Amino acid sequence: MRNDQVMEHYVSDKPFDPQSIEQLTPAQEKLYYASQWQLMWWGFKRHKLALFCGVLLVAMYLSILIAEVLAPYALKTRHTDYIYSPPQPVHLFHEGEFVGPFVYGWQQTLNMDKLIREYSENTSKVYPLSFFCRSDTYEFWGIWERDIHLFCAPEGATIFLLGTDRLGRDMLSRTIYGARISLTIGLIGIFISFVLGITLGGLAGYYGGWVDSSVQRVTEVIRSFPELPLWMALSAILPVTWSPLWVFFGITLILALLDWTGLARAVRSKLMALREEDYCMAAELMGARPSRVIRRHLLPGILSHLIASATLSIPAMILGETALSFLGLGLRPPITSWGVLLNEAQNINVVAIYPWLILPVVPVIIVILAFNFFGDGLRDAADPYKH
Amino acid sequence: MLPYIGRRILMMIPTLIVISFIIFVIIQLPPGDYLESYISELESQGESIDPAQIAALRAQYGLDEPFLVQYFTWATGMLHGDFGYSFEYGLPVSEVVGDRLFLTVVISIFTIVFTWMIAFPIGMYTATHQYSWGDYGLTLVGFLGLATPNFLLALVMLYFANVTFGISIGGLMDPEYLDADWSWDKFVSILQHLWIPVIVIGTSGTAAMIRRLRANLLDELHKPYVVTGRAKGVPPFKLLVKYPLRVSLNFFVADIGSMLPSIISGAEIVAVVLSLPTTGPILIAALQSQDMYLAGSFLMFLALLTVIGVLISDIALALLDPRIRLEGGRAA
Repeated sequence: MRNDQVMEHYVSDKPFDPQSIEQLTPAQEKLYYASQWQLMWWGFKRHKLALFCGVLLVAMYLSILIAEVLAPYALKTRHTDYIYSPPQPVHLFHEGEFVGPFVYGWQQTLNMDKLIREYSENTSKVYPLSFFCRSDTYEFWGIWERDIHLFCAPEGATIFLLGTDRLGRDMLSRTIYGARISLTIGLIGIFISFVLGITLGGLAGYYGGWVDSSVQRVTEVIRSFPELPLWMALSAILPVTWSPLWVFFGITLILALLDWTGLARAVRSKLMALREEDYCMAAELMGARPSRVIRRHLLPGILSHLIASATLSIPAMILGETALSFLGLGLRPPITSWGVLLNEAQNINVVAIYPWLILPVVPVIIVILAFNFFGDGLRDAADPYKH
Repeated sequence: MLPYIGRRILMMIPTLIVISFIIFVIIQLPPGDYLESYISELESQGESIDPAQIAALRAQYGLDEPFLVQYFTWATGMLHGDFGYSFEYGLPVSEVVGDRLFLTVVISIFTIVFTWMIAFPIGMYTATHQYSWGDYGLTLVGFLGLATPNFLLALVMLYFANVTFGISIGGLMDPEYLDADWSWDKFVSILQHLWIPVIVIGTSGTAAMIRRLRANLLDELHKPYVVTGRAKGVPPFKLLVKYPLRVSLNFFVADIGSMLPSIISGAEIVAVVLSLPTTGPILIAALQSQDMYLAGSFLMFLALLTVIGVLISDIALALLDPRIRLEGGRAA
């Protein structure tokens, strides 16, 4: 028997919303509408180590702005009574009592048997460290005369946290000042090689043909040179009569001239791929000139990769400067860089007797590690649409 | 295969010509020449020198000729083994260079072998044990190796060898063999001294290679054919060695080419610290005293060494990987 009862056709009387099914959750919406740079930032943030290294690098670069304040002594202050002093320990407790950071008196004795100076603590004298105190005067940024230091030894005491060198200069202060040159040489150098690499690599990748093959040949030749001997040869060219500042720029230029090839190759291969994209052809058909196509349409697509690979090649420059100066072919005193400081530790006998002279290598290692991790993180984040 | 090798060797020739020209420009760039610095040195010692004699020396070495003529004399001379004359040593360059260059080659080869021996197992381990403690630890050590300047490592090793073993490890052989003829004892003595520079120079290259091998292996290990193999019950070790490792081997071989320049650079600076009788110290001295033919020939040899190294790695790569052979054929 059939059921005669016909079900009534149901019509909802709610207002109709055609997008109700495709409604995005707020999180999805945020993701879909985010710009490329925002996506990269989110990707980069997940990389904790890279983030930490980035912060560390920013802090180091900021510190070179206020090197004079951070250093306990001025760059040229000499302590003729404390030549080749080993690092001086900082204590917190005196005879079981908490005093805060302080140093003991620092005594020099001449050991006539071994003919060396020996230093010892005089535990009867306690000198608490003072902070934001007045000590050596310096010219802040070469303009204002100031004498404020982050910390300094009280009257009658010394504070050589990293020891002193053969002229009795405080190694810690010199290392802090040396960061100025060592860190900026990487940045200026990478800027030059960035410009060279983008221009030449861009031309090669965009035009192809003979432009490409001649740029390719040049990079091949440069890459087949062992870097260091070529650096040495080029820095031997710099006239001895040049002022330290010019030598600095000369060395930077030399480092950059051999470094751009890697970037140029990266730019070239990326451009070759992007050149075939439809939007590029559209721009060309609308009459855009090559320079506009490259700058406006192609470069933004690869810029993030370029920044990442540039970051990864800064360490090579810093190491290059250090190595050249260490050999005595790079920067020379009175310029103070980490390589110049290490130059004093060239001799094994010096290292054996005064091992603290190689301490300026610690910041070198830290900076290079930080740049490597930071660059790795950037590279991973550089292509947010990868996954 | 043979046509590929032939083409590859032909391609070397223009590269070498350009390199030799660049080198000549570089060694010519400093103002003045060796004779000028020689004269000023003599004058500072209060000695005078006959201008006619200087002019004769100048003519003899062709220092007055135009730049291009000097270049052609030097470049064509090199083709039949005449590398010019070292002013500083008063000897033909080839006699000064000979042994030192040989030792540089020996050190470079040992360094490459060392790099492989260390990087290969570690790279395999870190790739198969990704994100384990061993992986993190070895990666950290690798990064440290990458970040430590070669010369510092050399200094530190010298220091510890002096302090802990009480031996001098500078130089490349015990002093008594310095002027001795080649003998078994001398060879052994060299081997005993060789390990320090090899470790020092090899460290940064090793670290870089471990990272690349790890990345390449990881790429391969995540491919579907590996999953298939594992699902079908291929033993883990065989699954690693049979295909993924062979594919990653390409990068390994291709790396010789990119490693050589940095090994030779490292060898130079380490040689200065360890006072090795290789090219490093003498090259610096030659550059500083404008002993141009000596410096030029050294640079030329070092460049030649790298170019030949790249050639060998390219040929080995072509032997390993038919794709490269065929692609090369099409391009030509």
